[in-house]
Amino acid sequence: MAILIIAEHDNQSLKGATLNAVTAATQLSGDIHLLVAGGDCQAAADQAAAVAGVTKVLLADNAAYEHQLAENVSLLVAELGADYSHIIAPSTTGGKNLMPRVAALLDVVQLSDVMAIESDDTFARPIYAGNAIATVKSLDAIKVITIRTTGFDAAVSEGGSATIETVAAVHDAGISSFIGETMAKSDRPELTAAKVIVSGGRGMGNGENFALLESLADKLGAAVGASRAAVDAGFVPNDMQVGQTGKIVAPDLYIAVGISGAIQHLAGMKDSKVIVAINKDEEAPIFSVADYGLVADLFDAVPELDAKL
Amino acid sequence: MKVLVTVKRVIDYNVKVRVKSDGSDVDLNNVKMAMNPFCEIAVEEAVRLKEAGVASEIVVVSLGPQAAQEQIRTALALGADRGILIQSDANLESLTVAKLLAKVVAEEQPGLVIMGKQAIDSDNNQTGQMLAALTQMPQGTFASEVKVDGDKVQVTREVDGGLQTVELAMPAIVTTDLRLNEPRYASLPNIMKAKRKPLDTKTPEELGVEIKAHTQLLKVAPPAARQAGIKVASVEELVDKLKNEAKVI
Ligand SMILES: Cc1cc2nc3c(=O)[nH]c(=O)nc-3n(C[C@H](O)[C@H](O)[C@H](O)COP(=O)(O)OP(=O)(O)OC[C@H]3O[C@@H](n4cnc5c(N)ncnc54)[C@H](O)[C@@H]3O)c2cc1C
Ligand SMILES: Nc1ncnc2c1ncn2[C@@H]1O[C@H](COP(=O)(O)O)[C@@H](O)[C@H]1O
Repeated sequence: MAILIIAEHDNQSLKGATLNAVTAATQLSGDIHLLVAGGDCQAAADQAAAVAGVTKVLLADNAAYEHQLAENVSLLVAELGADYSHIIAPSTTGGKNLMPRVAALLDVVQLSDVMAIESDDTFARPIYAGNAIATVKSLDAIKVITIRTTGFDAAVSEGGSATIETVAAVHDAGISSFIGETMAKSDRPELTAAKVIVSGGRGMGNGENFALLESLADKLGAAVGASRAAVDAGFVPNDMQVGQTGKIVAPDLYIAVGISGAIQHLAGMKDSKVIVAINKDEEAPIFSVADYGLVADLFDAVPELDAKL
Repeated sequence: MKVLVTVKRVIDYNVKVRVKSDGSDVDLNNVKMAMNPFCEIAVEEAVRLKEAGVASEIVVVSLGPQAAQEQIRTALALGADRGILIQSDANLESLTVAKLLAKVVAEEQPGLVIMGKQAIDSDNNQTGQMLAALTQMPQGTFASEVKVDGDKVQVTREVDGGLQTVELAMPAIVTTDLRLNEPRYASLPNIMKAKRKPLDTKTPEELGVEIKAHTQLLKVAPPAARQAGIKVASVEELVDKLKNEAKVI
């Protein structure tokens, strides 16, 4: 049986997280099909067809799917998914919103945030904010899975030549509608895709001081992240939160500035390759995971670091 | 309008869980338990809806062992009106929880169900969406703002790139994100009053839901430990290490 991946896209282009899901699927047995459900989303489907390893793209192009409302798309995926062994999406907010609804319609559970695949039915996933890793065997006929993107490399986005098949089924539950969105605009790389991340915590003091980190980030080609305390205090927007309940990141270099290192924050970044912590409290727990710790006032250290790069 | 709120009994969020030495599970013996933080936010939101005159009654439900009564009492002390404990010592997987909750929904007919987005033990983030599927209700997950307007509710959701607003026909399900509100503390008089509020106990059998295993836990291991690092004495040394030792810049 084949594996169905739910593509994440904005109707024009495929989101990077989908490529991680494709790599996860290559570790299972079966052909890989990608579902592109959207409105006016032919361009995204064309990109999907070029992803190496994908054999078929299912294109469900209808206004009912334009904003990928879970109420509508779950009905479509549950209908198509009945013929697959695995249904996979990245554990982005989109995947997390949709997939449990699909699972319930298929009378199976979802395996959330899978970080490693051991076999077609056995998976490793973090529990308790990553303080334990559970190895779980699924007893369900259809495995509905969200994958942690940091656990799987991105598949190559070019060179494939999947066929595109149009799906006619239209499901409009008629119980929800999209009103609007405010998306943070940034020229910096996306947090979950960045090779380098500079993150600030409560120690930054206010939103204006994040300019110090932005300047550093621009020199390093980095994304800027934050702790929950910094987001709650209104220094920066919510989509910058790294942690158990924010974004899970694993860049080559993570620089934590004025962040104490609560377990919930560590849960989101401790798989980074190299961790740097700058904190004036030498007892701060962040130092227990940092490869390089600098005990210093950030308002001295960050400008100095910026100048030396 | 009646509001149904779910609260889960979980390990206190300040406690760092340990894995049992035989790798069979985590060790919850003598560990401090509490209401799941996202459920506290759900209770708070329901109470605010009641204070605003939008909600008329708040029913709080928990599924789990007898001891989960404590979390229901906490919710009653915070302002919920009555509680339902669905008592079971079995391992209740999300789909089973959703099926049991669907029975409660059918009985209680709430206009709004408010749940946490995630339980901090399983980190599953799925029960609300599942309940929505089973009851064919719309879902406003990861909510940072909830506005009831007649028979519709507008939910602002924390999504990856920012915020998204959707409008849902009620009855609807909302799952809470961290910034929806800041939960209050229960006052002593309210804790005393909560002891006299009604609390019903039911069993999965009474509700006619079979407890089925969808997964088998093979083992639980601690995460890969990080090598303890070093402290650098200066920014200069830091830059040198990053360039020449770690080679990341
Ligand atoms: C259910 C739940 C989920 C959560 N999810 C998340 C999550 O996803 N992500 C997350 O981050 N948190 C999360 N938290 C919150 C977490 O528990 C901590 O409260 C939070 O991470 C603390 O943020 P902080 O380190 O910025 O603040 P603090 O703990 O206040 O630390 C600030 C640090 O800055 C240092 N500092 C201050 N001034 C300076 C200076 N001038 N120079 C250098 N250092 C300075 C201080 O020494 C201190 O160590 C969650 C909590 C709960 C209950
Ligand atoms: N056993 C339970 N009792 C009460 N509520 C629950 C239970 N399990 C899950 N929930 C609710 O569902 C939310 C999401 O849980 P989960 O899908 O397990 O991460 C929680 O925040 C609770 O509000």
